[in-house]
Amino acid sequence: MSQLAKPVIDADVTEVQAQVRPPALGRWGWLVLAAFAVYAAASMRWDWLASYYPKLLWGLWTTLWLLVVTTALGLVLAIGLGIAQAAGPRWLALPARVFCTVIRGTPLLLQLWLLYYGLGALFAANPEIRQSALWPVLRQAWPYAVLALTMSYAAYEGEVMRGAFLGIAKGQLEAAQSFGMTRWHIFRRIWLPQAFRRALPTLVGETILQLKATPLVATITVMDIYSVAAQVRQATYLTYEPLILISVVYVLIALLIQRAFAAFTKTHQTRSPR
Amino acid sequence: MSSGHVALTSPEALHVTGIRKSFGALEVLKGIDLTAMQGDVIAIIGGSGSGKSTFLRCLNFLEHPSAGTVRINGEEIALARDGHGNLAPSSGAQLRRIRSRLAMVFQGFNLWTHMTLLENVIEAPVRVLGLERKDAVWQAEALLDRVGLGHKIHEYPSFLSGGQQQRAAIARALAVDPHAMLFDEPTSALDPELVGEVLKVIRGLAEEGRTLVLVTHEMGFARDVANQVVFLHNGRIEEQGPPAELFGRPKSERLGRFLGNF
Repeated sequence: MSQLAKPVIDADVTEVQAQVRPPALGRWGWLVLAAFAVYAAASMRWDWLASYYPKLLWGLWTTLWLLVVTTALGLVLAIGLGIAQAAGPRWLALPARVFCTVIRGTPLLLQLWLLYYGLGALFAANPEIRQSALWPVLRQAWPYAVLALTMSYAAYEGEVMRGAFLGIAKGQLEAAQSFGMTRWHIFRRIWLPQAFRRALPTLVGETILQLKATPLVATITVMDIYSVAAQVRQATYLTYEPLILISVVYVLIALLIQRAFAAFTKTHQTRSPR
Repeated sequence: MSSGHVALTSPEALHVTGIRKSFGALEVLKGIDLTAMQGDVIAIIGGSGSGKSTFLRCLNFLEHPSAGTVRINGEEIALARDGHGNLAPSSGAQLRRIRSRLAMVFQGFNLWTHMTLLENVIEAPVRVLGLERKDAVWQAEALLDRVGLGHKIHEYPSFLSGGQQQRAAIARALAVDPHAMLFDEPTSALDPELVGEVLKVIRGLAEEGRTLVLVTHEMGFARDVANQVVFLHNGRIEEQGPPAELFGRPKSERLGRFLGNF
């Protein structure tokens, strides 16, 4: 078995980042929010909520599942992209690098439209696909939204994972090799867990960015919460109220993401080397 | 994956011939032969750059030698040229089987940082040798206790001193019931006051008859514990023999000068 990784100095750069917590709302933040809520309730129009809340809830559900599904899929893909670049053969490393560079270098909106209008139109023009069992799915908008968001998350996090894989101390892998572990065993039990711990601090921010990218799917007819709010605005001629409502919703989801990651980090990253 | 039906021990724990290793144009090892009989404790000494660590790493193929043969416990490792002109083991399965019973202790400890001491010690027995987890835990507790870390089994390596980490690494190595143990400057990364505790553990291993090959700068220790000392210079064995001879009456001028530094 050959060496698993190129030699790397074991600088624990990401360990420093691990100490930095994203700011939470804090007591004053909640107070300001509460005061604003009172003001908004008293002097703004909310009667439309009665007729729109089922749609809003449905939109919220769409936003949430899009976020969770694309983050999860994106992360799995990112691990592949990271290891391919860090230790893969050239014919794997190069495409992975190109993928990350291209996806990170172009607007998500553009990717979304290219997939939906471009790929979607190609599929629609192909009789074999139109008659296939997949067509009822492929003719909808959400598969393209999932694909675009997944690729975006994967490209950003793939770059992070690349660094995280390379950042592991070479001795950690050599020790594993010296005990006769297989490559797969070393990857799964030693390399990936350590790389993942290194990448963890970046996941919070990346996931919140992902949340804030989801409204783009409204442009390809997916009914997320933003798209419902836009409908409300058109139907009621109200400018601020729907936007304020969904702003609050996004903030709350973002806080939830932070909480979830903080809890996860607490159980999984209490041990920094040295 | 136990060695089961094959002969458990050959009189020779380790037998290597003609080990050469080049890094580019630089030839670091220029043909080294070494035999360790069962229970031998071989200390490899030499100045920095003499190739001692590289040689040790060629024994378990963390480094691929450019030439030579390696026989562990009577079994020769099958080799084939790799793309860089070095010799790589041609059977991954054979290499892993041999490695699994040829434990190495590193200068930098290399305990897996995301695992507790207990998890570090049971990893290879459970997942490489196929031991029952319950038995492996039982054994690991005994081994960690033996190296004086019975009260730290659920600690993570980063919370321990270097000496404690190295003792844990020795426990991890012992857990695979190795045919031979390779020590790569096990005390060089330690603060002076922590060296003693680690050497004491290694001395215990020598006394119970284990086969040890150790690269070391601790001359006093080599003299006390080893039954054979090998002095490497510029990639060659300059002098070799029982410690009393090498340390008492060095034949070569280079060895005399080297020992004079201590």
